[in-house]
Amino acid sequence: MIKRATGFNATFDRKEKGTKATHYCPGCGHGIIHKLIAEAMADLSIQDRTVFVSPVGCAAFCYYYFDCGNVAGPHGRASAVATGISRALPGKVVISYQGDGDLGAIGFNNAFQAANRGEHFACFFVNNSLYAMTGGQMAPTTMLGQKTTTTPFGRDPANEGYPLKVCEVLNQLQAPVFIERVSVADTKRIMQAKKAVRKALEIQRDGKGYAFVEFLSPCPTNWRLDPVASAQFVTDQMEKVFPLGNFRDRSEDVPLVPIEIPRLSPSQLFGQGQEGAAAKVDRPFKERQFKFSGFGGQGVLSLGSVIAEAAGSSGRFVSWLPSYGPEQRGGYASCSVVISGNTVGSPTVDEPDVLVVLSQQASEKFARTVKEGGIMLYESSLPAPAVNEGVKVIAVPAGKIAADNGTPKALNTAFLGAMTALGLHGLPEEKVLAALDASFATKPQLIERNRKVYRAAYDWGKGL
Amino acid sequence: MRKFVKGNEAVAIGAIYAGCDTYFGYPITPASDIAHVVAEYFPQLGRVHLQAECETGSINMMFGAAASGKLTMTASSGPGISLMQEGLSYLAGAQLPAVIVNVMRVGPGLGNIGPEQGDYNQAVKGGGHGNYHSIVLAPASVQEMCDLTMKAFEMAMRYRNPAIVLADAVLGQMKEFLAFPEKEAVKPDTSSWAVHGDASTRQNLLTSIFLDNELQEKHNWMLQEKYSSMRTDAQAELYLTDDAEIVLTGYGTSARIARSAVDRLRADGVKAGLFRPITLFPFPTEHLERAAKAGRMLVVELSNGQYRDDILAHLDRDIRCHVALVNRMGGNMMKVEDVEKKARELLEVPE
Repeated sequence: MIKRATGFNATFDRKEKGTKATHYCPGCGHGIIHKLIAEAMADLSIQDRTVFVSPVGCAAFCYYYFDCGNVAGPHGRASAVATGISRALPGKVVISYQGDGDLGAIGFNNAFQAANRGEHFACFFVNNSLYAMTGGQMAPTTMLGQKTTTTPFGRDPANEGYPLKVCEVLNQLQAPVFIERVSVADTKRIMQAKKAVRKALEIQRDGKGYAFVEFLSPCPTNWRLDPVASAQFVTDQMEKVFPLGNFRDRSEDVPLVPIEIPRLSPSQLFGQGQEGAAAKVDRPFKERQFKFSGFGGQGVLSLGSVIAEAAGSSGRFVSWLPSYGPEQRGGYASCSVVISGNTVGSPTVDEPDVLVVLSQQASEKFARTVKEGGIMLYESSLPAPAVNEGVKVIAVPAGKIAADNGTPKALNTAFLGAMTALGLHGLPEEKVLAALDASFATKPQLIERNRKVYRAAYDWGKGL
Repeated sequence: MRKFVKGNEAVAIGAIYAGCDTYFGYPITPASDIAHVVAEYFPQLGRVHLQAECETGSINMMFGAAASGKLTMTASSGPGISLMQEGLSYLAGAQLPAVIVNVMRVGPGLGNIGPEQGDYNQAVKGGGHGNYHSIVLAPASVQEMCDLTMKAFEMAMRYRNPAIVLADAVLGQMKEFLAFPEKEAVKPDTSSWAVHGDASTRQNLLTSIFLDNELQEKHNWMLQEKYSSMRTDAQAELYLTDDAEIVLTGYGTSARIARSAVDRLRADGVKAGLFRPITLFPFPTEHLERAAKAGRMLVVELSNGQYRDDILAHLDRDIRCHVALVNRMGGNMMKVEDVEKKARELLEVPE
């Protein structure tokens, strides 16, 4: 009756060697829709550059037929798979072919979000008002009162809600370029469907963006009607709920221009690290474990990080581990630093050699964890902590030193200066200062101010 | 070049040097800063970063990108990884290369965002449906977060199989010095199987459907042979095991704690060693057998014994070895001291 479309394989060998018959039931709309797509692909000479994504459903075997690159993914995910392909292969033609359970139910969010991002692919959506392959169950597109195997008394809006009108939903979005609903119930309607398919693929050929075509399509097997009555059902019943027509054609609009981002190579991106400062094994070096604690915003994490960076650039093995959590803005904050002469084992510090606390909560939490022979520094405005025997405690007027030197927030820097003066990190001062300066790389105006606080705290420490 | 970076950043750096073309992700703590770094760097390198609508979206976008012959990755944590399991099965079935980084957090359910290793079985045994395996690599340092991400891409592409980098919240959040890779990996030629949207790949098809029982069985046997052949890639670290009377074992952060315990025991004259698997699938069985000669093995893990069960499963039945477990859950870490104590107890057990 109709001549073979040129976009199909000559024989459907992926189905069965040499066969020319499809797997569809008599009177099914998929065959017609396939033919429209295959013809348009061939007419537009895009077969070489087209990748076709099959759905899961009756059309799971699109790849038997279409003579182009083919991919078959999970149920409902064709729009996500098509997104991956079109992002990976910009400039190619990508087609996602999906049924109404696949797209309208399980995969609706993937389809909807792809449409909303304006992904560059054509989405062909086949609406036959039910799940056909799995035995005629209700789909989101099942009409009110329609009997299916899971709505034996008819779809009841009180129980199953209302038919999902996908074109109307997508038409609320800004990004789609083209949205149209067509039918394949008779020749006149098929001719209109053919135009819509061609338009959707031209939009892909020209790289203009997202195109969506919904097909009202008969399913004689599950509707338990003959092919003629099925076609009539589409026109008489489905069109009332799902009116045909073009919702949108913005293919002549000026396309969006992406933000221009400078192009770099990896070495240009990362070219500012240190050269040749690998850690050296130093067995006699006694490992030192530090804990820094306070509340968020006091800079305890960066205090630990500056010491760790300085240790790393001094040839030590080092790890830095923050506590982190939902309380990262405001609440309690702490970090553990381990400086070693060999590969660092556990990066967590249970019993620090040196504990630095900037808040009362931190003081109460950790004061008793300091190991015998260890030392605890605390902000002098806080109450004196209770520590275990054999632990030395030093009150550091860090807040006062920072304020007196013009940068009240820099009490973490004051602790750093005091630690250098007291010999608590054992690192060369020039490495510590370099790491301190580097921590303000994005705010260079703070470098000198922090150095001033550091120096004042250092002098305080030396005067002890 | 060396830089002081977070483990999560090291993952992104490894991906860049591996030649990763596309990244699809969805926010989740404690993995999100991988996406932050990728979102900043990838566009500047002319590569693709896209925030998906959900993890189901991410993994299926990866399916599409992998089918296109491109190197693709995502990073997530427990709940997000659970949502990707169907996609992992499809990737394995269609033989598509992809890298999935799991910065493990606490479960089950929403759990919390602390460190745990409770996703061991999900990663190593399958997680999705059907007869498949993912390649699973277990970094234990910031350096390995980078290096094993690169290796994951290389193995994923070589075997055309999904590869999981199984990290945890400590490894993701901690900072150490990273020695950068010296050069970018060479891009493999995928034209024999992928769809590039060109004439030479027009006949290619990527699918996991085999309607014919015989064909499906043949496909499954072929996959099993592939998984067996991965044995040659098994990798582990054996630390001070040659003369050991007790061997501690753990992967990832647990291995770091175990290593500290070994050092403390050795400092006290106790002959302790460490067996640290670097590949969890394929499992380094030969290394395990060498370590098990100590006769006593202490498993250290941040989960309910999943890893210990696998040690027992992999141990040759002819090797006599006491196996004990020290573990914690909920986001808590075992103390080095507690591990050391448990090791001493195990040494008291008669042969």
